[in-house]
Amino acid sequence: MNKDGFFGKWGGAFIPEILHETFEQLKSSFKEAKEDPDFWQQYLDIMSTYSCRPTPLTFAENLTRHFGGAKIYIKREDLNHTGAHKANNVMGQGLLVKRMGKKRVIAETGAGQHGVATATMAAKFGLECTIYMGEVDMLRQRPNVFWMEKMGATVVPVKDGSKTLKDAINEAFRDWVTNVDSTHYVLGTACGPAPFPEMVSWFQSIIGTEAQQQILAQHGKPPARVYACVGGGSNAMGIFQGFLDNNAVELVGVEAGGKGIATGHHAARLCGVDASPGVAQGYKTMFLQNDDGQMLETHSVAAGLDYVGVSPILADLAEKKRVRFASATDDEVMQALDLTMRMEGIIPALESAHGFVQAFKEAPLLGPDDAIIINQSGRGDKDIFTIAHAFNDPSWKEFIIARGKEYDK
Amino acid sequence: MLLEKILRNRLEQKKILLMTHIVLGYPSFATNRQVIAQMVDNGVDCIEMQIPFSEPMADGPVILKANQDSLALGTTVADCMAFGAEMSRLHDIPFLFMTYYNIIFKYGEERFFRDCLSAGVKGLIIPDLPPEMGEAFFQLATQFQVAPILIFAPTSTDERMAKLNNSAAGFIYCAARRGVTGKKSEFDDDFNAYLARCRAATSLPIAVGFGIRNHNDVAAITGKADMAVIGSETIRLVEEQGAEAVGPFIKGLR
Repeated sequence: MNKDGFFGKWGGAFIPEILHETFEQLKSSFKEAKEDPDFWQQYLDIMSTYSCRPTPLTFAENLTRHFGGAKIYIKREDLNHTGAHKANNVMGQGLLVKRMGKKRVIAETGAGQHGVATATMAAKFGLECTIYMGEVDMLRQRPNVFWMEKMGATVVPVKDGSKTLKDAINEAFRDWVTNVDSTHYVLGTACGPAPFPEMVSWFQSIIGTEAQQQILAQHGKPPARVYACVGGGSNAMGIFQGFLDNNAVELVGVEAGGKGIATGHHAARLCGVDASPGVAQGYKTMFLQNDDGQMLETHSVAAGLDYVGVSPILADLAEKKRVRFASATDDEVMQALDLTMRMEGIIPALESAHGFVQAFKEAPLLGPDDAIIINQSGRGDKDIFTIAHAFNDPSWKEFIIARGKEYDK
Repeated sequence: MLLEKILRNRLEQKKILLMTHIVLGYPSFATNRQVIAQMVDNGVDCIEMQIPFSEPMADGPVILKANQDSLALGTTVADCMAFGAEMSRLHDIPFLFMTYYNIIFKYGEERFFRDCLSAGVKGLIIPDLPPEMGEAFFQLATQFQVAPILIFAPTSTDERMAKLNNSAAGFIYCAARRGVTGKKSEFDDDFNAYLARCRAATSLPIAVGFGIRNHNDVAAITGKADMAVIGSETIRLVEEQGAEAVGPFIKGLR
């Protein structure tokens, strides 16, 4: 990264003047924290006592046998407190907020995982908390809304634009410019203005550091390939950082193919042809936008991948061909999810299941001496309404109807 | 003539200038024409025309909705450029474009400046493009003599204001408070101290915007600032009472 926050030609900090000073403060606090070994130790301590770090690397024996190729390992970020890798970033930023002495945090959320993680952190650290969530996403992820509110956060439905993640980010920025003195914006992914992409990636690097050691211990050598789903890109950046300096390890990012790349209903920024360079939400990256620079509607069965932009660091790694990008359709995701549950008794989040799709396509092409790692960024039980609906499960429907009638009385 | 010079000439006749804001294509270009005619007839000195963007990060609910509705009606950047040229020909006041950087980036920076120059548009307000992110942009602004108007905020330090001033032309837009457009501001002692800092940091004319809604607000900054900016209030007025309500409203401001 250069001094203005660019990775290659991507990134930067395209922010309104009102935020200039707060970003200066954030940059210097982050720099101090990064140079302070005690800070990272404090971070490791809290992640091992409040969350479940290190998270295991699970050998998926049955899936490996089923596909008959590479050994499949799953990095279990679903076993973090609150059920996703989001906790890593949030606890790290929480420690930083304490250093900066701010009393209030705000966050955007798509799938709701980042919102839940932020609400948890705010409860633990005694901070006031407001979460912005697109109205469409609130309907998709109602249980997460319930938990955020129970932990004392105010959840604000965002009714503008496409009513999804990007609109929640805009609204969080509007809050921030208004309450800049008291408030820190806990951005949830490796996007946004500098230093967020670098900072979020730094906290998430804990995934890759662990995975790199674990695969050596269990498999005896580095993996042939590492797979991660890519929405904003924080879980992918997290695990990839453990292997970036080893060019023998192929890194594969999997975007939301939605209803198929050809249909236009997807969120593929780096592997499709619909995205182009742009500047929005404070940073420069590949955006799904029209020729005038207006952002397009995106689609994915997974709310956490349903986003117009992507981490500038990943845009740079894609351009340098260090990370290969693929996409998985909604239908493929449901199949991979079904298979993983039945064969391994593991429930990946819909987001994470995108990584499984591509891994399953490629595992048979590799030999038994090779290992691959899939980053299971989150757990899928939060998606029960979406998954049960997509499977068209009859007994679940009966349950919902019966429960609805009970509340109707 | 350069924007700063035009404003200075006008300041010889008036104690405070008025700048108004419209969102292009909202509720329609036809209404924009009527509203602008009313504004000009009633003494407005400068008009910022916002090219709508799908992600207007620095705007509050009123302007945000106007951006979205305009885009839903199919407004394009080319429409806005043509409209800007038409207004500059028709009315003898300076017109500016306000928009977000992506619009210019996608249009092509040099092409955008070239088209602004031939359209007679005198300046640009781009709230998400600080000088350090826009090296090419600020060079082109000088080359094509289209003023890059920069924003001072109450959180800006004296040092920062000095730096911004080095890249700015036309006038400095002083945001009256933290936050987004369209909410009320207090013009108290803190505000006066801030405005004095703004004045000390630049020799350009200074405009004050964010939350100026009526005669009293304009009176409160007269003698301290060179121009008052009325943004969301006229959009609200057009929504509630129609384009013809704009004239009397503007007339009553000074």
